[in-house]
Amino acid sequence: MSEQADQRAQPTDEERVEMLETMLRIREFESRMRDNFADAEIPGFLHLYIGQEAMATGVCQVLEDRDYLTSTHRGHGHCIARGLDTTKMAAEIYGKETGYCNGKGGSMHIADVEAGMLGANGIVAGGVPIATGAALSSKMRGTDQVAVAFFGDGALSEGAFHESFNQAAIWDLPLIGIVENNQYGEMSGIDEQHPPSTHDDLTIYGEPYGAHREQVDGMDVEAVYDAAARAVERARHGEGPSLVECVGYRFEGHHEGDSEFYRDDGEYEHWKSKDPVETYPERLIDEGVLTADEWAAMQADVETEIDEAIEFARESPMPDPQQAYEGLYADGGDSR
Amino acid sequence: MSLASRETEEMAVRDVINQTLDEEMERDERVYIQGIDVHGRGGTSNILKGLDEKYGRERVRNTPISEVSIVGSALGAAATGMRPVVEIMYCGFLGVAGDQLLNQVAKMRYMFGGKLDLPLVIRTKNVMGANAAAQHSQALHHWLAAIPGLKVVCTSTPEDTKGLFKAAIRSNDPIMLFEHGSVYNETGQVPVEDYTFEIGEAAVEREGEDVTVVATQAQLWNALEAAEQLGEEGISVEVVNPRTISPLDTETIAASARKTGRCVVVDDTPLSYGTQSQIAADVSEEAFFDLDFPVQRLGIPDVPTPFSPSLENEILIDTDDIVDAILTLA
Repeated sequence: MSEQADQRAQPTDEERVEMLETMLRIREFESRMRDNFADAEIPGFLHLYIGQEAMATGVCQVLEDRDYLTSTHRGHGHCIARGLDTTKMAAEIYGKETGYCNGKGGSMHIADVEAGMLGANGIVAGGVPIATGAALSSKMRGTDQVAVAFFGDGALSEGAFHESFNQAAIWDLPLIGIVENNQYGEMSGIDEQHPPSTHDDLTIYGEPYGAHREQVDGMDVEAVYDAAARAVERARHGEGPSLVECVGYRFEGHHEGDSEFYRDDGEYEHWKSKDPVETYPERLIDEGVLTADEWAAMQADVETEIDEAIEFARESPMPDPQQAYEGLYADGGDSR
Repeated sequence: MSLASRETEEMAVRDVINQTLDEEMERDERVYIQGIDVHGRGGTSNILKGLDEKYGRERVRNTPISEVSIVGSALGAAATGMRPVVEIMYCGFLGVAGDQLLNQVAKMRYMFGGKLDLPLVIRTKNVMGANAAAQHSQALHHWLAAIPGLKVVCTSTPEDTKGLFKAAIRSNDPIMLFEHGSVYNETGQVPVEDYTFEIGEAAVEREGEDVTVVATQAQLWNALEAAEQLGEEGISVEVVNPRTISPLDTETIAASARKTGRCVVVDDTPLSYGTQSQIAADVSEEAFFDLDFPVQRLGIPDVPTPFSPSLENEILIDTDDIVDAILTLA
């Protein structure tokens, strides 16, 4: 941790329950997508966020509806945490006309620009300059909107990250970078991705840009909430960019079907003991914020919601093939 | 378009760009400029001089030397309520911003189901004949035109510069606006009134009966000179300015080729896989049975542009080359 928090941001009990529900919704949605992908119901390929739920959830809990975010190829969690509709998400992943992008984007490109969600992105660090531009736009329009760029540890090796943070620092932009360190860049560990001087604290990459830096336990949703609250507050008050590293783990492969040959013995079990979707409900029950019955009811409700989302996706029509030629340009002058 | 009935003034292309950006920034406060040394120096060709004093550093915004974030942040700003006009100093530097152009700017609207507008203009310049060597001397509009999702405009004359700039800035789609270093100081009559030229419409710059020459930018000026020379020898040359490379106005170009039965396409992109090949293919498909000869292409030979004047002059296309090509057909 590079800077000590002077004051801890504490979610209310209501927010804590909300965050649990969000994490559960992500887990349930993705687990079902995993199973249905394995059953060959879903075209293309799939990158899952399972294990990292606390990261997106803690950050999005402190955002306002007017704020912006950009996401990654592993973007379902960010979308759900932002409040996107799981029904339209499922339909998009199934390639259906009723999806967020009418079947033009799929799993890696879900977006809802009106909701400030400027897109999942198939290019590592591809969204960081876009978030920087949203932050610039907020500043030029004189609003107090902030922009959050979610990206993995691998994005820190991309020029796009460095160019964006350099520019955001020079211009004092309300940009918050969330480094989701899930221990792997695709299928290579940190030793092959970053020099040893950075391994203990990847926020060091923000140091030359003068970014406010915090490293937190990415399996602890309240630790994420706390760091994100401070970064967002700074951004909203014109104090420039922040870089927050969430240290956690991805329980699934880089994509579904990955043999996961690269994991060390015992590694999975170590991280599984920190699984936020298992530890957080226990904690809330222990602390009397939630009863066991309420937790059971929440699980049943979310399961029903996801059942319905998947049913909607299954039953929705495929896009009319002619739609392949639509949507390219605003003036309707589409491709020849 | 007839200039006869309208008030016009004589202006150089570089001054038209400055004045047009000024008018559009005045008209819409969401329009702003970002790029390297746009403030102070007035951009790499000093064209923006004075805009900084009028609009300040917020709207004439110097960036670090970071083409990825120059383009990417402009895209993000365009997606969230601004109308950025970006300057990329030389077209060769577009390569640095490659992913943002290819995978973000071009694909964002389509991939999101056509649900957002991206009012983004990226200005850059083609350069040939400046003894600047290969990285600073090339024409690349064909390269970007090969990417669905980008509209690509080439400005050539004072009149089209104003009409195309205004159309591009007011468009809700991403537009690659290619200027050409060799035409900045060319002058011509420009209507004083506010007007736009439709993106995707070509113009017949000179009417003729015997041969059609389709030419862009510096080569348009050479083609008009060649037409003038050949006119004195009794050969009537029609000159067509595509104005927009993508989408290309095949209809206007093919109609001219049908009328004359002969077509030469001349452009500063490399000959192989260049603009010329696309236009030649379109004309052949549309007008084959009305052509008396195969469509001829003039382009830069397939080498990087060399530095030394004796080497560079060898590969450049000039008015004589166009005259020779026309005479081959005549």
